[in-house]
Amino acid sequence: MEADLSVLIIAILQAAVRSGTPILFVCIGEIYAERAGVLNVGLEGLMLIGAISGFTVSFTTGSAPLGVAAAAIAGGLFALIHAFTTITLRADQIVSGLTLTILGTGISGFFGKAMIGQVGPGFDRLELPVLAQIPVLGEIFFRQDAMVYLSFLLVPLTWWVMFRTHLGLAIRSVGESPATADSLGVSVTRVRYGCVVFGGAMAGVGGAYLSLAYTTMWVEQMSGGRGWITLALVIFAGWNPAKAFLGAYLFGGAEALQLRLQAVGLGIPTYFLMMLPYVLTIAILVMASRASLRRRLGAPAALGVPYAREER
Amino acid sequence: MSDSRAAVSMRGVTKRFPGVIANDRVDLELLEGEIHTLLGENGAGKSTLMNVLTGIYLPDEGSISVAGKPVRFNSPKDAIALGIGMVHQHFKLVQSHTVTENIVLGLAGGFQPVRLSEAEGRVAELSERYGVKVDPGAHVWELSIGEQQRVEILKILFRGAKILLLDEPTAVLTPQEADELFVTLRSMREKGHSIVFISHKLDEVMAISDRITVLRGGKNVGTVQTSATSPRALSNLMVGREIQFQTYPRPEMKGESILEVKGVSAEGDRGLPALKDVSFEVASGEILGFAGVAGNGQEELAQVVTGLKAISSGSITVDGRPMAGASAKDFIDAGVSYVPADRHGVATVGDMSLTHNSVLRRYREEKFGQGPLLNLVAASKYADRLIEEFDIKTPGRETAVRTLSGGNLQKVILAREMTTRHRLLVVMSATHGLDVGATEFVRETLNHHREEGAAIVLISEDLEELLSLSDRIAVLFHGEIMGIVDAAQAEIETLGLMMAGERQSEAVA
Ligand SMILES: Nc1ncnc2c1ncn2[C@@H]1O[C@H](COP(=O)(O)OP(=O)(O)OP(=O)(O)O)[C@@H](O)[C@H]1O
Ligand SMILES: [Mg+2]
Repeated sequence: MEADLSVLIIAILQAAVRSGTPILFVCIGEIYAERAGVLNVGLEGLMLIGAISGFTVSFTTGSAPLGVAAAAIAGGLFALIHAFTTITLRADQIVSGLTLTILGTGISGFFGKAMIGQVGPGFDRLELPVLAQIPVLGEIFFRQDAMVYLSFLLVPLTWWVMFRTHLGLAIRSVGESPATADSLGVSVTRVRYGCVVFGGAMAGVGGAYLSLAYTTMWVEQMSGGRGWITLALVIFAGWNPAKAFLGAYLFGGAEALQLRLQAVGLGIPTYFLMMLPYVLTIAILVMASRASLRRRLGAPAALGVPYAREER
Repeated sequence: MSDSRAAVSMRGVTKRFPGVIANDRVDLELLEGEIHTLLGENGAGKSTLMNVLTGIYLPDEGSISVAGKPVRFNSPKDAIALGIGMVHQHFKLVQSHTVTENIVLGLAGGFQPVRLSEAEGRVAELSERYGVKVDPGAHVWELSIGEQQRVEILKILFRGAKILLLDEPTAVLTPQEADELFVTLRSMREKGHSIVFISHKLDEVMAISDRITVLRGGKNVGTVQTSATSPRALSNLMVGREIQFQTYPRPEMKGESILEVKGVSAEGDRGLPALKDVSFEVASGEILGFAGVAGNGQEELAQVVTGLKAISSGSITVDGRPMAGASAKDFIDAGVSYVPADRHGVATVGDMSLTHNSVLRRYREEKFGQGPLLNLVAASKYADRLIEEFDIKTPGRETAVRTLSGGNLQKVILAREMTTRHRLLVVMSATHGLDVGATEFVRETLNHHREEGAAIVLISEDLEELLSLSDRIAVLFHGEIMGIVDAAQAEIETLGLMMAGERQSEAVA
């Protein structure tokens, strides 16, 4: 009985990592954009773009990695629209982001029609030698697919870039005080474009995880609100990749649990169960970051504010 | 003569903004190894000209050459590459980063690691060499304004700049800090740097500069040797007319007591005690000056007597009415006005027009509002009147106030607060950043209100100003009042000792 329980818990945690991974990708990308001062509320649309282009390419070429690359490119290209309207044209970031969501939903729905009901190639489980043998931890973290491992690498890498390199210092400065960065010769435009496009590419990859690893098919609107929850996650994580890692798995854990509960059939309406990951994630994160939110710590000071050199 | 080569020469520089010509065919020559002052009224175009020289503003016309070679700046990067660095009027620092992070920003790119400890070593070495002390590991928000300015200077020196542009560096400094800055500037001049210095304080200008260029209405109206001019000649050149420096005869006219503060303590923003057991009274027709080095509780004092900050103990009464727990609106209704020192954050809404900013505090009055509606006609007329009376340089009343020059923004606030009728007027750093003409005008206005029977709390770091305007002067140190002296008998030395923490009795003895 006890053994059964621990097997169950490990299974749920394993599923938590899988469910958290797409969000982790999106979250990391959005941290870059917001650290540079550009809010992108179009993540939901970008995930869908990534999911459909990733699925289409891997379905037609038979190669899942190619699908991921395609998703990154497509996500980056669509984010370029957002970069152009908000950085060059200096349009409102919220409006532009919402447009992106609508656009992404429509386009993915349209091109996805042909893919409905198809099953494509995907990422298989890949046990890492040695690491997978570690009791418990190995089972949870190292018996996953290649994309999960990629996301593992991304977290410390992002932290290192952000807090240890000149690029990261430039990104953070541009988001805090673009005029300061500009006066020292840092190109605010280039840094912001770079971050927004990279953020879009990551959102695309996050979407592709849904259609190439989490499942291996295309379902309309399959992002299911994950883009939106990521926006909240970025805030509660204090724009910090390490905390985003925990937050993403928190959501993943709630989702895994919810699916189990559905399977057991407790007589709770499924719609309530499906709400659970969202409500739980927000509630826990609000509690956990109450202190820093109250002191208004962390938000890049110039987030959402367009920059023009000659304006004061 | 090798030492009179031009480090920078600007020819016919013109810069236009919507509705204003900020620089009108300006010529300026900065020689190697000189300290060159730019002088001019608020809005004369000093900051604009310097921003052109750092590549932040693209000039509409004109040419620039550096060390004899014609150059064209497309971005600040180009100016930095030629060794030009600027300390801006409003500092350009990332508040949440450390001193060293601010200094090394932009020095390298890509995935090169930031070598903070190495940089800290170099920062320490530079601070030593130029006598500019600051803790390299501190966060900028933790630093006083004076320290932040040193970070700006180090930032420039770190890049090996030979040409330094300092836009009103002393406006935010205490007299002691300003003296330290001058020592630094002189040592830089000795090491061959060329410096442009902007200030409204004529005595400083006379003391520090080799040559002086005066701007008026965006035009260069003359460059002179400091040794061949006088403050009077300079101010005439600046304003285009004779300025009367008045001394105010101060008839004793103290009336009934208006503001009474008894045993007040309060906490600062970081939760530390900022005011300790402060007691004083201000009567109708009296100006009580508050002296002190910035950061000794001045800000908090102004906030508690205007209802912007809660007190932790003691009592405050206005016209005998206890104001414990009263809101800022209650204070306004009791006839209290406030001119804060922070012009951007507290006093104005940058994106709103001059008209709207001028009625910000008064939109509830019948004259400007009809029920929920604003009476824009009345507001516009009022704004026009303020522009006229206070000589605010702006393209018009519909201009967003964030585009105004530093001094003109200050005038907008003063105009708004000073035309209201009040029982108590709390003024902080009133003439900070104002040109001589405007300073005179503000002083006159304050004196006028005094004669009308208002009680005035005047908080300033400028001892001269306090001595010439106040009836009595209180000195703040670490949130406590060191003593209150009669302005007529006060001596600068005594006040200086009290500002450094000696009680009145000790300082006099
Ligand atoms: N970015 C801008 N946009 C619009 N107008 C501007 C801008 N910068 C300056 N101006 C205008 O140009 C004129 C000159 O401003 P500037 O800041 O150069 O004056 P200043 O001599 O530095 O004055 P102060 O002593 O008050 O600092 C002002 O009328 C100002 O309103
Ligand atoms: Mg200026």
